[in-house]
Amino acid sequence: MTAKSLLLLAAAAIGVAAPASAHNAWLLPSITVLSDTVQSVTVDMGASTAPFEPNHQPLPAENVKVWAPDGSMGKVENASRGRYRSTFDVKIDKPGTWRIGMENNGIGGTFKVNGEQWMVGRRRGPPAAPGGAAPAMTPPPAPPAAAGAAPGGPNSPQGGRPSIDRSHIVATVDEIPAGATDLDLTETTGRNEFFVTAGEPSDTLFKATGKGLEFVPVTLPTDLVSNEPGQFRFLVDGKPAAGLEVEVIPGGRRYREADQAQKLKTDAQGLLTVNWPGAGFYWINASHTDDKPSNPKAAKRRMSYTATLEVLAP
Amino acid sequence: MKKSLVLAAGIIAAPVSTAASAGTITITIPRINASEYHVPYVAAWIEPAGGGQARTLAVWYDVDKVGNEPGTKWLADLRTWWRKGGRSLKLPANGVSGATRAPGAHRITIPTNVKAGAYTLHVEAAREDGGRELVSMPLTIPAANGRATGKAELGAITISAR
Repeated sequence: MTAKSLLLLAAAAIGVAAPASAHNAWLLPSITVLSDTVQSVTVDMGASTAPFEPNHQPLPAENVKVWAPDGSMGKVENASRGRYRSTFDVKIDKPGTWRIGMENNGIGGTFKVNGEQWMVGRRRGPPAAPGGAAPAMTPPPAPPAAAGAAPGGPNSPQGGRPSIDRSHIVATVDEIPAGATDLDLTETTGRNEFFVTAGEPSDTLFKATGKGLEFVPVTLPTDLVSNEPGQFRFLVDGKPAAGLEVEVIPGGRRYREADQAQKLKTDAQGLLTVNWPGAGFYWINASHTDDKPSNPKAAKRRMSYTATLEVLAP
Repeated sequence: MKKSLVLAAGIIAAPVSTAASAGTITITIPRINASEYHVPYVAAWIEPAGGGQARTLAVWYDVDKVGNEPGTKWLADLRTWWRKGGRSLKLPANGVSGATRAPGAHRITIPTNVKAGAYTLHVEAAREDGGRELVSMPLTIPAANGRATGKAELGAITISAR
């Protein structure tokens, strides 16, 4: 479920037909702990079955945002797109802890006009013919398509799904015609990020906003060591997300027998405790669906959070 | 080079000018047969046995190297020291930082203002094109004799009362 919704987000973001199997979006930084402010971090990003293995699709580096420790926005540099992964650099020129990643916000789903099926969200599949109704390559930030509820486009190679006429797709919820009925809309919010610290870490970027699913580290994410548990709090609308399932997957699957993935749950206070099987990069992911969307036209809200964490040897 | 000599002189002059030292730590950097040998970065620090703030006694790194890749770039390779206290130290630190040392035995005097009590002494070494090693041992102030030995990147580490 988790992986599937991410896959759809990723697919929506890159405007390709949704692949049949589960793929996860990941960011892989070259380093997360720096001793000065004259260096850059260089990052790979892509979507694939196993995190950090570039073997499926690149993701657009233009969607990446850089939050510097002082609250200013940093810059993505030297972005390039390869066959299986994209790369970019970020100058880490201020001391403290940086957040670097992608945010997705959107509403998708279906509705009816005069008994005919319509949908909200970007059409997936090959780009539309010139003058086509669906702007398949709208610039970011684009709303993710209706994760889970979206059918393939008319040219979709996947059979067995209901097909929707191109002219019956609108890009945003604001374009839903008056008189539409049977609204079945889901608000989606997602975040996928990693952290870099230059010099002493700072927690200025970890103040909870009280909105949606949030990750609030107890152990700072650039302070993780393989022989000490990492602790992170998850909040939904500022309240502890108790019993939230969080997937913790180490990289380097190819070099082991077991994938060593852990499915953990937060406690009553929303606290997650992770015991690391070893040093290395980890991909953690959680998602939560409820019926408290911020947009009144949507009935449901699906929130996801993904982070890449580096765990050092002691 | 001149700068590191000045700093080395600072280490000798600063803490031991009046009172006797609280003890001496001797760190042996082993001779390693490598086709490309670089002297290691080394940090020595103490932590109160009951937990508390780390205090760096010495950090030896490429103090003089500046430019695109200054000597400070690799300090985080001393990863335990970096996390426990290195990153909060303003470098170069008088009486603490110094140039890298060649293989052999090197003495550090324990500053007289270290309060009496039980501590853990940590010595960490990281070498370019080589490994990293952390050696930890108990240390009491006033210092009593003690000894530990590294396996690869560090040799004997001894504590003596004076």
